[in-house]
Amino acid sequence: MKLRFLSIVAAAALVAACESAPENTGAASGGGVSAPPPARTAPAGIVKGSKEDFIANVGDRVFFDLDKSSLRADAKATLDKQAAWLKTYQNYSFTVEGHADERGTREYNLALGERRANSVREYLIANGVAASRVKVVSYGKERPVALGSNEAAWSQNRRGVTVLN
Amino acid sequence: MSRIRLLAAVAVTLIFGLATFASPTRAQVRIDITNGQMRPLPIAIPDFAGTSGQENQVGRDIARVVSADLERSGLFKPIDPRAFIQTVASLQIQPRFPDWKAINAEALVQGKTEIGPDGRIRVEFRLWDVMSEAYMTGWTLSSSPADWRRLSHKVADAIYKRVTGEDGYFDTQIVYVAESGPKNDRKKRLAIMDQDGENHRFLTEGGELVLTPRFSPSAREITYLSYFRGVPRVYIFNLDTGRREALGNFPGMTFAPRFSPDGNKVIFSMAEDGNTEIYEMNLMTRSKARLTNNPAIDTAPSYAPDGSQIVFESDRGGGQQLYVMSAGGGGANRISFGDGRYATPVWSPRGDLIAFTKQKGGRFFIGVMRPDGLGERLLAEGFLVEGPTWAPNGRVLAFWRDSPSDERGRGQSVRLYTIDLTGVNERVLLTPVDGSDPAWSPLIP
Repeated sequence: MKLRFLSIVAAAALVAACESAPENTGAASGGGVSAPPPARTAPAGIVKGSKEDFIANVGDRVFFDLDKSSLRADAKATLDKQAAWLKTYQNYSFTVEGHADERGTREYNLALGERRANSVREYLIANGVAASRVKVVSYGKERPVALGSNEAAWSQNRRGVTVLN
Repeated sequence: MSRIRLLAAVAVTLIFGLATFASPTRAQVRIDITNGQMRPLPIAIPDFAGTSGQENQVGRDIARVVSADLERSGLFKPIDPRAFIQTVASLQIQPRFPDWKAINAEALVQGKTEIGPDGRIRVEFRLWDVMSEAYMTGWTLSSSPADWRRLSHKVADAIYKRVTGEDGYFDTQIVYVAESGPKNDRKKRLAIMDQDGENHRFLTEGGELVLTPRFSPSAREITYLSYFRGVPRVYIFNLDTGRREALGNFPGMTFAPRFSPDGNKVIFSMAEDGNTEIYEMNLMTRSKARLTNNPAIDTAPSYAPDGSQIVFESDRGGGQQLYVMSAGGGGANRISFGDGRYATPVWSPRGDLIAFTKQKGGRFFIGVMRPDGLGERLLAEGFLVEGPTWAPNGRVLAFWRDSPSDERGRGQSVRLYTIDLTGVNERVLLTPVDGSDPAWSPLIP
């Protein structure tokens, strides 16, 4: 009981630390399964219409609330930009990866990840992106980007990532 | 002795409703395996005797495996061989029961090994009740030298069955997902081993993500999820040929597969357009049928052992809960009503219980309930415990535990465990690397 209490305190401290310093929460460890990490500011030399441009200047991912696949306002804002970009650069097909945090069971999270990926897919299609360009894949809880076992990490792992082919 | 007899008689009458235990004029050692607080039965397992150095070595190895099997069950307490008074050679002539009573052995195993000219190993064993000086069971079996461990497990199964009245589960295998590498780039391979962790081998190389392997009733095939070429699909792996085959061509991700009890069908989920439904595929005709029709997530299906019903999880009521429907699909009855979320239901091979993973208050639990949803009992708890699988006698479960990690992924440890239905005998099941998603085989045919 004492141990458990301590770990709760520790987790709370971690969450607090992460909330005050979100840039330290592990996003640096990579993008989706194959995408490079998202840059906070556009480095010089990014070619407009490139994959790097999409990731750096549009944002390749959206985040979901716990056990939800509905799109938050911030997610819709990102997807509006994605749709506009994808309509400008028609040469890309892409895959939407759906992911879940580690706080669910394996098979449910696979289904939840598919739901999330599909929410992104449907939103993009509704905003004028051709359905034939989109595939979805769910990784469930198998591919976290943030490695901590705390809410700050989990909130980054509950994501839909648009990966250009 | 009298304590065991009395407890067993009461327990058998109460729990199994059997009255046949009524006239134990020569009652023998018996363990009530439904009572987890029971004192383990002291049993003496001397080396199996041979007539050559090689036979003696095999005999020593067999006794060691039998002893380890029985000890891990939590129901037996093998006595340290250094306490034995009667020698192995003398035991072959006749058990000298006072020598075994003197060291408080209540059961005694007498075994012999022979190696034939063709190299085959022949094992003879007898189980004795020390107190009543009575023969309990025994047999003679032979095998190729490579299968000496199976012979040993069969001895342990015979002892377990004779003493508990329940089938054993030692001559079985476990298939699982062996995990290695960093948390954000985990390499996952199918691996198979004997239930005691021996004869371990990898079945896949780790080039693609694999999850949730489950045995066929013959124990010769495994159905699992593979991301081969980046496309998540249900596959079937044939252990005899090594052949892997995708289960049909489906428009969406197929996952969460399990064989039907007769081995003729696989049930699984398919996710398409944000909706996960349960399907079955007939392996003979390759025809498929959709069993659920609901905008919710319907997944993790598991057949009742008679094949008539399917238990699965669904969030159709808002949160993850367990439901039971006819094997033909259609209407489903919710069976889980406790606080929290319920997932990964697995029907016991005995039919009497359904094991599940539960989430409540930020913790995970492994538990069991009756198929009508009553009698819920939680057996294990942790930061993350998941994925129970039944030993074929329906008395022991395996599952996996994951531990929390820091922001760099350090501290994560993913391990297999076993626990008996009483919840008091939890053991780690050692694997060469981390392990998850265990599936217990039927008794090997």
